[in-house]
Amino acid sequence: MPCVFETTSIVVNGETLLLDTAGALYWPSREALILADLHFEKGSSFARRGIMLPPYDTHATLNRIVRLFKTYGPKRIIALGDSFHDGEGPARLDGHARDQLAALAKAAEWFWIEGNHDPEIPLWLGGYAAAEIAVGNLVFRHEPAIGAEAGEIAGHLHPCASVSRHGRTLRRRCFVADGYRVVMPSFGAFTGGLNVRDAAFQRLFPQDWLAYALGGRRVYAVSGSVQALRRKKNEEAQPSSVAINTVKMP
Amino acid sequence: MLVAPTGGGKTLAGFMPSLIELAAMGAAKRPAALHTLYISPLKALAVDVARNLEQPAAEMALPIRIETRTGDTPPSRRQRQKYHPPDILLTTPEQLSLLLSAPDASRFFGSVRAVVLDELHALYNSKRGDLLALALSRLEAIAPGHRRIGLSATVNDPAPLRRFLVPQQPGENAMADLVLGQGGARPEISVLASDAYVPWAGHLARHSMADVMAAIGESKTALVFVNTRAQAERTFQELWRINDDHLPIALHHGSLVQEQRRKVEAAMARGVLRAVVCTSTLDLGIDWGAVDRVICIGAPKGAARLVQRIGRANHRLDEPSRALLVPANRFEVLECEAARDAVLAGELDGERLRPGGLDVLTQHILGVACSAPFDADALYAEIITASPYAALSRKDFDDVVNFVATGGYALARYDRYARLRKTSDGLWRIAHPRVARQYRLNAGVIVEDPMLDIRLLGKGKPVGAGGRMLGRVEEYFLEGLTPGDTFVFSGDVLRFEGIRDNAAFVSRTNDPEAQIPSYNGGKFPLSTFLAGRVREMLAHPEKWGLLPDPVGEWLRIQQWRSVLPGPNDLLVETFPRSTKFYLVCYPFEGRLAHQTLGMLLTRRLERLRLRPMGFVANEYALAVWALRDMAGTDMNRLFDEDMLGDDLDAWLAESALYKRTFRNCAIIAGLIERRAPGQEKTGRQVTFSSDLIYDVLREHEPDHLLLRATYADAAAGLLDVARLSDMLKRVKGNIVRRHLDRVSPLAVPALLEISKEMVAGEAGEDILRETEESLVRDAMRV
Repeated sequence: MPCVFETTSIVVNGETLLLDTAGALYWPSREALILADLHFEKGSSFARRGIMLPPYDTHATLNRIVRLFKTYGPKRIIALGDSFHDGEGPARLDGHARDQLAALAKAAEWFWIEGNHDPEIPLWLGGYAAAEIAVGNLVFRHEPAIGAEAGEIAGHLHPCASVSRHGRTLRRRCFVADGYRVVMPSFGAFTGGLNVRDAAFQRLFPQDWLAYALGGRRVYAVSGSVQALRRKKNEEAQPSSVAINTVKMP
Repeated sequence: MLVAPTGGGKTLAGFMPSLIELAAMGAAKRPAALHTLYISPLKALAVDVARNLEQPAAEMALPIRIETRTGDTPPSRRQRQKYHPPDILLTTPEQLSLLLSAPDASRFFGSVRAVVLDELHALYNSKRGDLLALALSRLEAIAPGHRRIGLSATVNDPAPLRRFLVPQQPGENAMADLVLGQGGARPEISVLASDAYVPWAGHLARHSMADVMAAIGESKTALVFVNTRAQAERTFQELWRINDDHLPIALHHGSLVQEQRRKVEAAMARGVLRAVVCTSTLDLGIDWGAVDRVICIGAPKGAARLVQRIGRANHRLDEPSRALLVPANRFEVLECEAARDAVLAGELDGERLRPGGLDVLTQHILGVACSAPFDADALYAEIITASPYAALSRKDFDDVVNFVATGGYALARYDRYARLRKTSDGLWRIAHPRVARQYRLNAGVIVEDPMLDIRLLGKGKPVGAGGRMLGRVEEYFLEGLTPGDTFVFSGDVLRFEGIRDNAAFVSRTNDPEAQIPSYNGGKFPLSTFLAGRVREMLAHPEKWGLLPDPVGEWLRIQQWRSVLPGPNDLLVETFPRSTKFYLVCYPFEGRLAHQTLGMLLTRRLERLRLRPMGFVANEYALAVWALRDMAGTDMNRLFDEDMLGDDLDAWLAESALYKRTFRNCAIIAGLIERRAPGQEKTGRQVTFSSDLIYDVLREHEPDHLLLRATYADAAAGLLDVARLSDMLKRVKGNIVRRHLDRVSPLAVPALLEISKEMVAGEAGEDILRETEESLVRDAMRV
């Protein structure tokens, strides 16, 4: 029996974006795959301090990126900063990881946004490095700015949503979006999370926002302001409101 | 090994040889040196025993210095103890390990002549016992030939304790001498039972509260034991609701803030309380002379536990302890009767011995290295003298050393960051002083679930504005609440306001219909021994006469409509109900083993295309429901023990309980830090990343030491796989099946618990979907 996955799309500042269950955004009109907080070499970063986390996080993260690459065939990949857990991370990549990254950088234009963990991306990785970039109606930066312009796509906060049903509590990474901006979940294999109920999110999303938790088959809007959904129902044409459009994809 | 019931004066007996030796040595010009170590599972007990010891020593004018060392000992006293050791030091297994990891451990412990191990039955078969056994093996190397005296409450089989006490040699079965104390007066145990009404399900015994209150009224001081913190809160509330005489009744459980607990204990010691509602936090501990009755609400779970609890009343050997058992439902009536019979017959549950944990060994070896460089061959020889590790293979030992050194990953990826290095003299030593600091911060084998403080907000104050601390509750419970939800805690109904940093903020509310707190704590499975006695009772109708009328009637109708299984049989019933088909079986092996069984059965039924939709387990039974009739299934095939293969592994890998087990092992083994130096890591960061580490490790190195340690842990404890395996063997060829036209009386309690459990894997997806749907419903409501 074929497994049917459903892809959820949202509209942000007039641009339609797909929310992938792996925690990535895909921007069809620009053929861009967007990833936040990869934290490559987090394991070895801890090992330097005597905490011997498994050394496989970079491979695990890269394998997931390769899978997304095969699904979407993007022309560009935008990594929203903190791509490495620390400044020496690139130097610690092993041969296999270097080869995989080089192949990806060859197959698509790679944009490295600088983050607080990795302010300087070495040139030999390939692609372009920048503090932030603007494309069309969207702006890509690492840390979401309070009162930012519409169209900001950022990471940094590692949002997570908790839900409770039938006496069980689940905690999942999530996207947070309000039609004007998106905070993306962290993509890296060992990255922790910050609950969307934290004050940091309230400052960024004063009203009408939704959290889309990553499920096995699709993302689910599990938390947020009900007005956001209600507005969507009443003003179908309003591009700035949050929309849940579900399309089936084989 | 001295085994005797409570009240026999064990503790003083344990110290007597030391007191005689020290008295003979005299006071004059004796250099300060440690003579006797006393180890207790509870620091409060160590402090209390010190006090009880000082008194006779002072009366006999013995020139003996007696001191305690616990987590609460101030740094100045610790320092002084190092340079001017007392004659007798009373401490805990954790503190002993820490002291042994210090560079001067050989000097400090070199003079030790005797070790007294108190309440050994509560330690020996646990991770704390592993830690203690390893510490003793170290101590034997430092102070060879010292005397060990073990003290224990009555146990079913003292042999493992006797082995624990003495160094093991390959091929031998060394045991300490055994001294059995005489039994005390037979306890008076009654089971509260109503001929009018016995509930079908539930654990709160609400219908019996008036009788419990009356029993408290007839006692000087009563201990009211319950099995979970949630039950403690509920029982406390129910009692106060009908406490017309305003008897001083207090509450005591592990989530309450420490000073609150100390206050209750102090009031108890002064004899001003008439009753304390408590959980297993008061199973062990200091003597309260005034307690003259123990009331156990709910299932006793095991005969040994019941004996322990009953022993808390009346610490005199020659007077009977009085206990009242209060079953909360029909199955618990059977369990209470079985437990009473067992205790009166002097029979106790046996414990399944678990092998020493590899995670604990990891911590020990790091501690040894922090103390001094070690030779691997010598250390291996030393470790296998500890009885839990007597069967440890050299390969496992080497793997553990490698894990401590570099994380033990294939391809030696972290060689350059090694914590331990083998130097040219062939000895292993720590690579950096920082390693010793990390060891000290992460030492210990007790791992709590991530907890948040509960803080009471002042009137009109916003969340985060500070407030009095009421206690601590598991984070996963609090994270599932939305502001406005109410729950019972510390005897009050509280309204949840929000979470900031490491605290959940609450306010008081008068809402009488609080959500029951479902936070964890104190859930013991029904013991195998007691389960056997319950099955025995079911199989013998002539014994039912003692049971309350509704229970007897229930069993008789069951016998008529279906059947009651023999003591070694497994009854499997199938029947339709509304639009679904049910399969209910009665293994009596405890909720954890049943949950594992339920998971495995639903996988099988799925493959048989019977479309199972979910299952629910309680202590006695397991119910599975499906869209197709399961009556035609070959039950011998379905319950074949080969189910404990790939399906089990596949399920374990995804189970939340299993991931929690991994987290515990990872913390004990030091893979995940308990605290970052200088600041306590918040629990939520730890939980989240441990799941991810687990996923990555399982994918890339499934045979890693920590995954092996996790499996061993889960198989023995959390998931009761070993027990399940025994049960499947036992019922082979003994499956009694009944196809019924409707639900049987015995099945009712299990069906009443349906609602929570679902086929795992799918459950997560359903929870997300339902949450979205309810959000959408809210949004669309006009």
